[in-house]
Amino acid sequence: MAMTVPRPKLNWRERLYLPAIVAGLAITFKHFKNMLFGHTKVTMEYPEQKPDSRLPDHYRGAPALVRDEDGRVRCVACQLCEFICPPRAIKIIPGEIASTDHFARVEKYPEQFDIDMIRCIFCGMCEEVCPEQAIFLRKDYAITGFTRAEMVHHKEKLLEIGGVIHGVVLK
Amino acid sequence: MDSFFVITSLLKIVGILFVVILPMVSYAVYAERRVSAFIQDRMGPNRVGPAGLFQPIADMFKLLLKEDFTPRAANTFYYWLAPCLAVMPAIITIAVVPFGSTLFGVPMIIADVNVGILFVFAIASLGVYGIVIGGWASNSKYPFLGGIRSSAQMLSYELSLGLAVIPVFLLVGNLRLTSVVRYQIEHGWFIAPFVGDWMNPWKWLLAIPMIISFLVFLIAIFAETNRLPFDLPEAEQELAGGYNIEYSSMKFALYFLGEYAAMITGSAITVTLFFGGWHFPGIPDGSHGWIFGLMNIAVFFAKVAIMIFIFMWVRWTLPRFRWDQLMRLGWLFFFEIALVNIFIVAGIMAFHQS
Repeated sequence: MAMTVPRPKLNWRERLYLPAIVAGLAITFKHFKNMLFGHTKVTMEYPEQKPDSRLPDHYRGAPALVRDEDGRVRCVACQLCEFICPPRAIKIIPGEIASTDHFARVEKYPEQFDIDMIRCIFCGMCEEVCPEQAIFLRKDYAITGFTRAEMVHHKEKLLEIGGVIHGVVLK
Repeated sequence: MDSFFVITSLLKIVGILFVVILPMVSYAVYAERRVSAFIQDRMGPNRVGPAGLFQPIADMFKLLLKEDFTPRAANTFYYWLAPCLAVMPAIITIAVVPFGSTLFGVPMIIADVNVGILFVFAIASLGVYGIVIGGWASNSKYPFLGGIRSSAQMLSYELSLGLAVIPVFLLVGNLRLTSVVRYQIEHGWFIAPFVGDWMNPWKWLLAIPMIISFLVFLIAIFAETNRLPFDLPEAEQELAGGYNIEYSSMKFALYFLGEYAAMITGSAITVTLFFGGWHFPGIPDGSHGWIFGLMNIAVFFAKVAIMIFIFMWVRWTLPRFRWDQLMRLGWLFFFEIALVNIFIVAGIMAFHQS
């Protein structure tokens, strides 16, 4: 349906246009002045200021393996995380723990544990699915590298990010 | 022509071009980005060097290292000529603007010609050729539209630009820009005549048409330099960049340089005509010692910097005019206002003298 848009009737002050321009200039100058004297709250300037201290506890950063209080890698190489991982970023090669070992009853350990950080989508499913509380999403978010190979986190790197966790964590 | 004159003139040309204008252009670009950022509550470029002060150098290297691309369908000769035509008039115009009193007895103006303002208008009008030829030679639709818009816009605003300054010269009685400054030293700045016999009501009566004249001149200068309320030739949102769309690398940089140089020249002329040039109450001219000569130059460029800030401030406040509104404004309002203003000033002067 055709419709006529009503045009507002402007009075002479509005048609003069200048008061509106002056008002606009005043607004922009106020913003300029506030910014110049630092009264405006601006974006965080990233490399100098970091959000690290303000990250929430549930922040999902880089996934990492953890050790327990005895220094043992908690992972038992059950490969559940490998199966659940939506982008298939995790690759585990399980190994058997020797019968003479102190932890022989655990039976398996990850001989290799690679997470391809190019593929990882930080969904946290690996952490959710892990029956041993061995993999956690830490607060590291700046994961960079010059090559694709650099972006694959091997077991040592994952353990370094992960650190040590004592006892049971209520997830 | 004695050798002293030649040497000082060459020194002035080199000094004003390479020490003042070109750095000022590059830092005007930086200032533009910072001012726009501050107005929009952002930080702006602050990474390269302290507070981002080396940003223009980085920009320059970036532009130099980019591929200099010429479209196959373009008319190569004019395509290459146009950017030079865009930057040249803006820089030539500065030659007749007095940027200081005297320094060691040398007048701080490159060419004190007796047709000063006519020279300025004659050369500044050439600036449109850079845009029109660039738009045509690119052989592409958007640049072509930009070029057409530019020529029409320049025609409409050049007229009010010329008429707006006539009251100034009615008062001064001379087209020489140095005499405009000298008149303002004796009688006070045209838009704020506080110097001299400032109690005289006739001067304040004259100041009213002078302010109207100043506003018309300022708006016409905005249109002349393609600054934002009137930046239809390059209208990013409508023409995707307008006349410079096919240009890259240093040729694009020349267009950019031309725009900002035109802005600086426009500010310098506005300052000379309406804000007393290098004069500031209480600072004597250069004949009282070289320190005052330097101070006069500093005052002039400080005023120019304030004018440039006003250019940017307006740019980041007002939206673009529609094409027909622009033409209407130019032909139906500013032309008439400027014309009537001349008669008002002439009338006041006639009554004043009788």
